[in-house]
Amino acid sequence: MASLVIAEHNNQTLSDATAKTVTAAAAVSAPVHVLVAGQNCDGVAQAAAKIAGVEKVLLADDALYAKMVAETMETLILSVVDKYDAILAPATSNGKNCLPRVAAKLDVPQISEILKVISPDTFERPIYAGNAIQTVQAPAGKKVITVRTTVFPAAGDGGNAVVEKIATAADPGTAKFAGEALSKSDRPELTSARIVISGGRGLGSGENFKLLDKVADRLHAAVGASRAAVDAGYVPNDYQVGQTGKVVAPDLYIAVGISGAIQHLAGMKDSKVIAAINKDEDAPIFQIADYGLVADLFQALPEMDEELAKRGYGQDKGT
Amino acid sequence: MKVLVPVKRVIDYNVKVRVKADQTGVDLANVKMSMNPFDEIAVEEAVRLKEKGKVAEVIAVSIGPAQASETLRTALAMGADRGILVKADGEVEPLAVAKILKAIVEAEQPGLVITGKQAIDDDSNQTGQMLAALLGWGQGTFAHKLELAEGSARIEREVDGGLQTVEVKLPAIMTTDLRLNEPRYASLPNIMKAKKKPIAEKTPGDYGVDTTPRLKILKVTEPAKRAAGVKVKSVAELLDKLKNEAGVI
Repeated sequence: MASLVIAEHNNQTLSDATAKTVTAAAAVSAPVHVLVAGQNCDGVAQAAAKIAGVEKVLLADDALYAKMVAETMETLILSVVDKYDAILAPATSNGKNCLPRVAAKLDVPQISEILKVISPDTFERPIYAGNAIQTVQAPAGKKVITVRTTVFPAAGDGGNAVVEKIATAADPGTAKFAGEALSKSDRPELTSARIVISGGRGLGSGENFKLLDKVADRLHAAVGASRAAVDAGYVPNDYQVGQTGKVVAPDLYIAVGISGAIQHLAGMKDSKVIAAINKDEDAPIFQIADYGLVADLFQALPEMDEELAKRGYGQDKGT
Repeated sequence: MKVLVPVKRVIDYNVKVRVKADQTGVDLANVKMSMNPFDEIAVEEAVRLKEKGKVAEVIAVSIGPAQASETLRTALAMGADRGILVKADGEVEPLAVAKILKAIVEAEQPGLVITGKQAIDDDSNQTGQMLAALLGWGQGTFAHKLELAEGSARIEREVDGGLQTVEVKLPAIMTTDLRLNEPRYASLPNIMKAKKKPIAEKTPGDYGVDTTPRLKILKVTEPAKRAAGVKVKSVAELLDKLKNEAGVI
């Protein structure tokens, strides 16, 4: 049979979470098909067709799918599900929202946030905020899986899949999109940035996050935050890194004024290099940091900004 | 309108879990157990709706071992009116939980079910969505804000890019995210009062649900450990190390 990957996109751009999920899907059941559901998203379908290993792209282009509302995604996925023995989505807010509905309707368990495909029916996944790793074997039948994309490499370019338009499915009429307030930023996206610099409660205010922003712009880094900083209202929810926020694994993670609660570590401990700045030398973050600096962040951040300037890191918001 | 709030008994979020040496799971012996934090937020939201007069009754449900009655008592002390304990030992997977909840929903006819978005033990993030699908209801997951209207609800949701609002027809399912509210601590008089509130005891069999796990857990292991690194003395030294030693800037 084949596997079906639910594409993550915003109708204009295909997220690289999709190509990463394709990598996982190819290990579960090849060939891989990708479902692009959206509105005026032909370009996204064309981009998905170029992912290596993708045999076919299903395109459902309709106002019904503009915001990937879970109820309409459920009926759409179920309308094509017979042809597949595995359905995978990246563990994004869209994937987490709709995929359990599909699993329930198929009467199969969902396997959430897989870290590794050991065999087509056996997977590793994190439990207890990543403090334990479970190896689970799925029963015979269709597999419904969300994928932690930070641990899978993106499938490359070079594909030449056919794009097939598919019919819309019934609208259950139980829910509809009613608005959004998305954060706008010129910085790289948190989950795919090469460098992430995050602030915690130690920043003390939203205003003080500007100190982080300056350093972030010099390093072309994304800016994140601990739950404590989001709960305190310093920055919006989409900044949150942690067990229930975003999981990141950049080349460099700089934690500033973050003590290192278990649920925060769950979201960043797979980063290649971790640096931490905290004035409390006993802060748990130092136990996992490759480089620790015990310092007052209100001195260290401006100093880092100056020092980076001296070393030729310009303050242009880059890619 | 009634509101149904499922609550799960889990290892307290402050406890550092230990993986058992035989790799069969994590050590639950003599470990502090509490209500799943997202479920506390769900109870709080339901109780606030009742206090505002928008809801007539708040029913808490827990599916788990006999001790899950303590979790229900916590919900009752926060302000829920009555509890239902569905006794089941061992792991009950989200799909089985959703099937039991579906049967309870059909019996109780709530206008809204509020669940936590995920339990902090298995981190599945499935039950609310599965229940919504089984019932054919609309859902507002990862809720940041709830506004109830006649026959519908506007639910503002925390999504990857920021916030999104959906309008769902009632009855519906809502799953809670962290910023929906700040749960109260139960006062001593309310803890005492909660002891007199009724808890009905049931079994999965009463609802015709088989809770045998469908996923086979082959093993549970510890994640790879990170070695602690070095302390640096200055910002300049930190940048030197990041550039020359780690090669990441």
